[in-house]
Amino acid sequence: MSYQIQGLPDMEYVDRKKRQFLIQIYYREIARGVWITTKHFFRNLWKWLTFRKGGVVILYPEETRPDMSPNNRGRHVLVQRPNGSSRCVACQMCATICPAQCITIQAEESEDPLIQKRPRVFEIDVSRCIFCGFCVEACPVDAIRMLATTENLVGYNRFNMIYDKEKLLNWHPIVEQDVVHGHEPPAD
Amino acid sequence: MQSTILGINIVYFWTYFFVAGAIFIFMFMMGAVMSWSERKQSAQLQDRIGANRAAIPLPFGKKLALWGFINNLADAIKCLIKEDFRPQAYDKLMYNLAIFFAFIPAVLAVAVVPFAGVVKPAEFFQAWYLKWIPWLPEYFAANLPDFSFRVQVANLNVGLLFIFAIGGLNVFGSILAGWSSNNKFSMMGGLRAASQMISYEISMGMSLLGIIFIYQHIDLWGLVQAQSDLAWGWLPKWGIFLQPLAFFLFIAAAVAENKRMPFDLPEAESEIISGYFLEYSGFKMLLFMFAEFIEIVFVAIMLTTLFFGGFSVPWLMADGFHFPWGSYVPLSHASVVILQIISFQLKVFFFCWLLQQLRWSLPRFRYDQVMDLGWKILLPLSIVNLIITIIIVALGGF
Repeated sequence: MSYQIQGLPDMEYVDRKKRQFLIQIYYREIARGVWITTKHFFRNLWKWLTFRKGGVVILYPEETRPDMSPNNRGRHVLVQRPNGSSRCVACQMCATICPAQCITIQAEESEDPLIQKRPRVFEIDVSRCIFCGFCVEACPVDAIRMLATTENLVGYNRFNMIYDKEKLLNWHPIVEQDVVHGHEPPAD
Repeated sequence: MQSTILGINIVYFWTYFFVAGAIFIFMFMMGAVMSWSERKQSAQLQDRIGANRAAIPLPFGKKLALWGFINNLADAIKCLIKEDFRPQAYDKLMYNLAIFFAFIPAVLAVAVVPFAGVVKPAEFFQAWYLKWIPWLPEYFAANLPDFSFRVQVANLNVGLLFIFAIGGLNVFGSILAGWSSNNKFSMMGGLRAASQMISYEISMGMSLLGIIFIYQHIDLWGLVQAQSDLAWGWLPKWGIFLQPLAFFLFIAAAVAENKRMPFDLPEAESEIISGYFLEYSGFKMLLFMFAEFIEIVFVAIMLTTLFFGGFSVPWLMADGFHFPWGSYVPLSHASVVILQIISFQLKVFFFCWLLQQLRWSLPRFRYDQVMDLGWKILLPLSIVNLIITIIIVALGGF
């Protein structure tokens, strides 16, 4: 049933169904609600007492989700040549395509006569990065990649979040947990 | 000849000092445990793990997290070293006084609650598992054979009235804090706290009048003694059996007094941030929170004492268990006292657990619903309960 209020022409107020007495006095409903949470509480408590993990949460840095995609875009790394230098040729393509403009590259002349340039400064401001992966796609020499995880991507201030060349080159694909996807480790 | 202090036998003095201190420390430890279980219990019932990151590093890469207890320690340290922020224009006296009004009544009201029955030290230390204690058994048996005391700070004959008087002071804490902070949210919180606490105090008192009529006692010691009697030879005369309606009315009114979840309008997080103690920071805020936790424990103690027979264990007399089916298990005096203490604590733990469970299960009422529930449902029901109780008592029912 609906009715109109005088002076408010086009407004209709709907009469809600009147609540039952048992619901109105709350106690039964409260008991039902508390019963549900109590079941959860004791189930998790029993799990905890039997040295299993209660709850459904994942303790992140120690555990990772088994269904986490290997294609996840995480921390940046620079791929190394066998002699330990970066594969980057300082072509500025990643810095150009970066929508967040967080990559800074300053080129210098390479000592290797076959390679024209190499980066003197290669910095990624990770606090600005939006992890779109365009830099990885733009790179013509497969010099920059992304790990699947964002582990330890934290800092006490914003300057800690600017990753320089040493930090980005600190990637050794032999280490097992650095899962890299879509690419084989560099052959040359 | 015993030495005296302030004209009191020194043994009496130290005994009461010990009892009062133990009860005081019990309240504070329960407050700490509640602030821990607030986190952990809510986590468990929401399928989470809860606070477990704060830890003390141990050798060999181990960490001592103590199931989240270290988190409490970290919280306390954090609150101590935080900036003591004060609002720009505030009533200094009232602002500082409000903390005491909130905190002291919470700890004070427990003074009249009996935690266990009469203890006779001369007899207590004769139990076979306490005889090893160096000189206490011989000392009490030789010097003070008739000395006995109650595990209670003060046996006031106005018991319940004292609790209501002290509990009523609490409202000053919230309204002064809200008013003196010079903040509109705090003011709203203080006003809400005042109106809510005053409305629910009425139905709280009304629901307890039935208890007073039945047991003909107003001091808590007498109430507990009356509740340890048996009805029809088998049923303990606990308040829950004689006044079931009053129990449900009281638990609702007490949670509202406590300003906890279904009735936490005064500190509604989403609307008025944290209500009357919004402008308090650091340790002052901690004291408000701690007072709230101690109040939960006190509500649990009240529920235990008034409705679940306090320290009494069903069918446990001074000399052992007298079961209604006729069997008799003799127990020493020490065992009886220890059983009474354990029984009291277990009941209090259960009610603390229940109140936390209620707090984490229920959504908040709207303000008009809170007032409707208080004035239109709880108060009439408690008056009806009182009238029925009076009629039954007048007809000689109990």
